[in-house]
Amino acid sequence: MNTEKRPAGIEKLPTGIPGFDHIAFGGLPKGRTTLVSGTAGSGKTVLACQFLAEGITGSNQNGVMVTFEESPADIRTNMLGFGWDIQKWEDEGKWAFVDGTRELGEEEILTGEYDLGALLVRVEHAVRKVNASRVSADSLGAFFSEYTDSTIVRGELHRVASVLKAIGVTVVMTAERSQEYGEIARYGVEEFVADNVIILRNVQEGAKRRRTMEILKFRGTPHDKGEHPFSIVSNGGIVILPRSTPLEQSASNVRVTLGNQQLDEMCGGGIFRGSVVLVSGATGTGKTLAAIEFVAGGVANGERSILFDFEESREQLFRNAIGWNIDLPQMERAGKLLVVCASPEAAGVEDHLVETRRKIEDFKPDRVAVDCLSALERVATEKGVREFAIAMTAFIKQLQITGLFTTTTAKLFGGASTAEANIFTVTDAIILLRYVEMLGAIRRGVTVMKMRGSAHDREIREFTIDDRGMHIGKPFREVSGILTGNPVRVAASEIDRVEEMFKDKHPA
Amino acid sequence: MRKYKLKLYVTGKTLKSERALANLMRICDEDLDGTYEIVTIDLLEHPELAEDEKIIALPVVIKELPRPIRRVIGDLSDTESVLLGLDLEAIDPEPPGEDLEPVDSEPAGEERSQK
Repeated sequence: MNTEKRPAGIEKLPTGIPGFDHIAFGGLPKGRTTLVSGTAGSGKTVLACQFLAEGITGSNQNGVMVTFEESPADIRTNMLGFGWDIQKWEDEGKWAFVDGTRELGEEEILTGEYDLGALLVRVEHAVRKVNASRVSADSLGAFFSEYTDSTIVRGELHRVASVLKAIGVTVVMTAERSQEYGEIARYGVEEFVADNVIILRNVQEGAKRRRTMEILKFRGTPHDKGEHPFSIVSNGGIVILPRSTPLEQSASNVRVTLGNQQLDEMCGGGIFRGSVVLVSGATGTGKTLAAIEFVAGGVANGERSILFDFEESREQLFRNAIGWNIDLPQMERAGKLLVVCASPEAAGVEDHLVETRRKIEDFKPDRVAVDCLSALERVATEKGVREFAIAMTAFIKQLQITGLFTTTTAKLFGGASTAEANIFTVTDAIILLRYVEMLGAIRRGVTVMKMRGSAHDREIREFTIDDRGMHIGKPFREVSGILTGNPVRVAASEIDRVEEMFKDKHPA
Repeated sequence: MRKYKLKLYVTGKTLKSERALANLMRICDEDLDGTYEIVTIDLLEHPELAEDEKIIALPVVIKELPRPIRRVIGDLSDTESVLLGLDLEAIDPEPPGEDLEPVDSEPAGEERSQK
């Protein structure tokens, strides 16, 4: 038994950086120094500035930026693109720079013993001047390369960190690392700011680059483990996309329609509000129709809906919908529907996620359809698409939005690809649309494979598509092997025999 | 006669800063041709000046007059690098041949001839 008295827990400072406080279980350790380490171009300076910017705009906490690398003038200009008007904040006494950069050609001669005591004087002065609660220092590597004696540099940084700790400000220091996986930082920086370490990565995966953030350690306080993808967006900066699903979502018992009465019946009377359905099928099986019926069904019941399409243009989509007697433009005009068509190639998968989330936050829909997740594989790895699906699911569930995603099976006949199977585990319900080849003709089959928390139809039913949408008919009674892509006719007597096998036998 | 204006920045009265001031006064007395003025500034009392001058390493001496502005960091224990670093002219140039003339001493040589 542990009888030791627990020390008071370390308080967290909510940073306001989107997604960060979620993976950090509340924020950065308050009153401590956190080392942010990353390779060149991994987003260190943006993070350092954003930490201060979010403090000023979000929580009325002023900040001091100690810069050793980029001049204050450069930082002011570069950060304008994220919507951060540093000059204005400086004028208002909310932001102060400590300029540790050296102008080119300006040389200082070193003779005899020296120390770096003026740094502490300046940082302290700036903190008091703007009454700062947050301090960022970017980057230690540039500071080390300036002064040849790294013992002196290390000693001074240690002094700065401990004085700031005594004052109670929360500090972010950035440092360079030479490779994505290896030592934490150059110059042995972690020796004096070892308590809290965050790693930013910009990893090459195939032909694509992927940014991730990992909280390596927060001494004495918990945090989420593993690498979380993030994106750097204009007018906002870093947005972290947590991989973990918050489990505190309340599950609703209210059923809502899929926009097709027969499909609702197969699901046991519709799907639960706030759940996410996956529709999987080969090209042309009717996935886009399912997505359109889903949003139209919502609109018909007075729900606001968004349809994200990564495959077709608006014109194509509208024309197809008209073919099924669904008037999407009219719904848009009524303000009940938003159709967003995006080419997957236009951005990285993280950027798409940020963009879709923004649209959802702005439009505040009751239901969201995404057609089709597999198209994102053109710009991301399987892992990337899976993370998109997970993050998207987590996000819309949090908001109690009902979702429908579609994926494409690689083969025309038969089962799902592994990429799809990866996504299957994420969603609450799975509907399969399959081609069935029978007696020289191609027919379509639909089945509900999974339905969390509810009974559902287990048959594989034939369906047809006409100018009024999808119609579900009778089960393929005398066929077996549809899902594996090898349908075989089975005699009716055989089916009866199998059914008999599973029936409770009453003793004679 | 030239007039030199030198500012020595320190933090408190430390051994290093005392040594730097002593060294600087000795150099000025022994090696400078002209009058000089040394101002010692304690950054603990005037922290804002550290920001204005972008000072990090201490002690540091900044020569404000005559131009160009030059600065030398450390306890100033090596007279020769102080003179060189601050671009000051010594009264007696080293006898030629004894040491290699620094490459950048040509303009200084010109001025010397005016004396």
